[in-house]
Amino acid sequence: MDLSVLWFWIVAFLFVGYFVLDGFDFGVGMSLPFLGRDDTDRRVIINTIGPVWDLNETWVIVAGASLFAAFPEWYATLFSGFYLPLLLILLALIARGVSFEYRHQRPEAQWKRRFDLMIIVGSAVPALLWGVAFANIVQGVPLDENHNYTGTLFDLLNPYALLGGLTTLLLFFTHGVVFVSLKTDGDLRGRARRLAARSGIATIVAAASFLVWTGFASGTLWFWILAAIAALSLIGAWLANARGAEGTAFTFLAITVATTVAALFAALFPDVMPASNDPANSLTIANASSSGYTLTVMSWVALISMPLVLAYQGWTYWIFRKRVTRASIEAVAAH
Amino acid sequence: MNELLDPLLLARWQFGITTVYHFLFVPLTIGLATVTAVFQTAWYRTGKSEYLRITRFFGTIFLINFAMGVVTGIVQEFQFGMNWSEYSRFVGDVFGAPLAMEGLLAFFFEATFIGLWIFGWDKLPRGLHLATIWATTVGTIASAYFILAANAFMQNPVGYELSAEKGRAELVDIWEVLTNRVVLAAFPHTIAASFMVAAGLIISAAAWHLARNQHLDTMRPALKFGLWTMVGAGILTTLFGDQLSLAMVATQPMKMAAAEATYDTVCGADASFSLFTLGTPDGSTELFSIRVPYLLSFLSTHTLDGCVEGINDLQAQYTELFGPGDYAPIIWVTYWSFRWMIGLGLLHVLIAVVGLWLTRKGRMPRQQWVWKVAIWSFPLSMLAMSVGWIFTEMGRQPWIVFSLLPTASAVSPNVTGLDVLISLIAFTLVYGALAVVEVRLVIRAIKKGPPDIGEPDPETGRVEPATTVY
Ligand code: HDD
Ligand code: HEM
Ligand code: HEM
Repeated sequence: MDLSVLWFWIVAFLFVGYFVLDGFDFGVGMSLPFLGRDDTDRRVIINTIGPVWDLNETWVIVAGASLFAAFPEWYATLFSGFYLPLLLILLALIARGVSFEYRHQRPEAQWKRRFDLMIIVGSAVPALLWGVAFANIVQGVPLDENHNYTGTLFDLLNPYALLGGLTTLLLFFTHGVVFVSLKTDGDLRGRARRLAARSGIATIVAAASFLVWTGFASGTLWFWILAAIAALSLIGAWLANARGAEGTAFTFLAITVATTVAALFAALFPDVMPASNDPANSLTIANASSSGYTLTVMSWVALISMPLVLAYQGWTYWIFRKRVTRASIEAVAAH
Repeated sequence: MNELLDPLLLARWQFGITTVYHFLFVPLTIGLATVTAVFQTAWYRTGKSEYLRITRFFGTIFLINFAMGVVTGIVQEFQFGMNWSEYSRFVGDVFGAPLAMEGLLAFFFEATFIGLWIFGWDKLPRGLHLATIWATTVGTIASAYFILAANAFMQNPVGYELSAEKGRAELVDIWEVLTNRVVLAAFPHTIAASFMVAAGLIISAAAWHLARNQHLDTMRPALKFGLWTMVGAGILTTLFGDQLSLAMVATQPMKMAAAEATYDTVCGADASFSLFTLGTPDGSTELFSIRVPYLLSFLSTHTLDGCVEGINDLQAQYTELFGPGDYAPIIWVTYWSFRWMIGLGLLHVLIAVVGLWLTRKGRMPRQQWVWKVAIWSFPLSMLAMSVGWIFTEMGRQPWIVFSLLPTASAVSPNVTGLDVLISLIAFTLVYGALAVVEVRLVIRAIKKGPPDIGEPDPETGRVEPATTVY
């Protein structure tokens, strides 16, 4: 296989990793106003992702840097073209990241409320805008002959892209809520399960419409296969949640997120940024990639590092596998 | 109006502001991760509860600071594509590789093990938990290496070939990029300087408590450690700074000429280093100066009779090579930033040596002014760090990649001045607000002092640390 094609799939893999992992972090953050009845609840919820949100977020840094190294043209076009949405994502990620660390530094209720709000907004904005961005990539955007984006902000906010954003928003929300039910106990756990049952219905509707729309616009065989798996596992997740099988529901949702993102990449292939105005201006795997030498070097680096990364990250999840309880939070708070 | 909305100017301001800001947190992260690891190791070895309390004390400050380093770092990475898309197209094939290596080999490592360290106190065996803070430290230092290798390519491009077909620089030898002579000097210089910053924080925090005669059991050993680290790291910073000067003169002679504001080539005793100059604001006429003969020659070539090329001669050479243009950076910026970096560094070592003398054999100075001076260690070492980078980056102008790509050709062509203005304002406001919160939290954590930890276990004599939760 051509190395540039391999790197297309490595980039896809890194984005899959990012959305599967940080996706449920966003959902956990967004669930605060729905599930956090008091400060202890909210601390329990935040601590379900406490040890892992940073490593989850790092996936987007690595995905971005790999895009830069393997497809500089794609990186340049995408990041300069989607300027304002990316700015909002950055500001949201800043707000969310510092809030996790700063919220517990002071006891005052007002201090905590401010950071709760930053966590909620800082989770919802990227959950929505990443979907908008990826839908636009798949749909294609106007590019000139130098591959520079020529549209405006409002071209990015078209109905199809907004549906994509709604899909990721709901999908991440449900994934996060299921994660809360998987990682907590008692009353909170039950409430999370009931909330997931309700948001799950909305998620199914949004995801189905988005996938069908994408399929009719740019579906390939692989797209349909992956989209079908996504749809089935989403329904499977809903059923598992209804039966109280939290682990199964969480796994099915992870499969849904992974296959949805993979399906988008399959719909994109072999373009990386199709030009909606003139196909001749499209960025493709062939014209956007780095030289063979750079890709070879990077392949070795990825080959050596990725198994290690997966191993120590998997180990981290194993270490922190226990449920977070109100008692454990109260014990430390009393210290 | 047009002037105000010039995307190039705004993008440069934005890069300067966000990078200097990011680099306030990074050196402290590098330094404090190491300090925390050292004290935790001391606790692990001896079981003395003071060491655990010092670990927790600096660990808290480290984490407050770490969060800021992480969130501002993401901005750095996105910014190359957002504001500097032509730059990304031109160098991505070369520059992207160290950046991606940083992510794959360092950031993942660091981000994973820091989570294990923060939340693993009661979940990991003691030795393994100690290993996680060392792993975090290794991650921060490794990430510094890769990013500095990327930056070194901008200062001294190596290991590449120009591709006429693609109109870009293409990597031909990754090893050359990773062993660029600039990074080999800049990396140890920056790491040593980061230890100076961490030492500055320790000295400031300890001085605050000792001036009030409190927390003596923890703050006295911390002060000693901070003072020795400052002296050691200061010497290393100077030695590697000297190596870096040599590399700089060899690769970017214009920067040294600008650092010294020498307009005409000078040799031997005439190649003097001015400690202080009063001149007209544009620097072209000198009114008064204090000079050390031969020093500039020595700094630049390690010989007393070396020559240092002047700005006018280099300007003529570059015009011939690259066509008409202005090839000198802003002289007063390079001149003063270079002096402030070195001056503040030497001042710190001096303060630390005096501090070691005053606290010899367990003495504690009672004069309040001693502590007042010591408290300035931290902010001033941060300033030294920042002006060092301002010198390096602004001294490279007008090039973004020296001799290959002018900064003016690197900016995103399709991003409007308004876009950049919006993001510049947004970042400045958010960063400003966060700076207030962060500084207050750090000061609060310092004033609170090392935490109390429970009674030692009667059997083992050890204390068990409390669990961490957000
Ligand atoms: C506490 C901070 C600190 C201190 C005391 C010093 N430096 Fe420094 N210096 C830095 C912090 C720094 C830095 C911020 O870390 C830089 C910016 C780029 C780099 O690699 O390190 C730097 C850059 C830098 C450069 C520019 C390299 C380039 O542009 O390619 C030179 C020539 C020196 N230093 C030389 C020195 C010398 C001779 C020093 C002492 C006698 C010295 N520095 C003290
Ligand atoms: C971490 C410490 C650093 C600081 C404080 C710093 C500071 C600055 C400043 C002040 C500028 C503006 C110069 C001007 O426009 O006149 C600048 C420009 C720039 N620097 Fe750095 N820099 C740092 C490290 C790096 C590194 C490691 C890289 C690359 C990996 C880098 C890449 C750039 C780029 C792309 C520009 C924009 C173009 C320009 O205006 O020169 N910088 N930096
Ligand atoms: C302008 C170029 C730079 C870019 C693109 C950049 C990128 C980043 C990113 C994406 C992060 C977040 C990583 C995480 O989530 O853990 C980060 C943090 C970090 N960066 Fe930078 N950075 C730049 C300048 C520098 C320089 C010059 C150094 C070192 C000399 C450095 C060292 C670090 C370290 C050690 C961290 C992690 C520790 C912390 O968060 O404070 N960076 N940087």
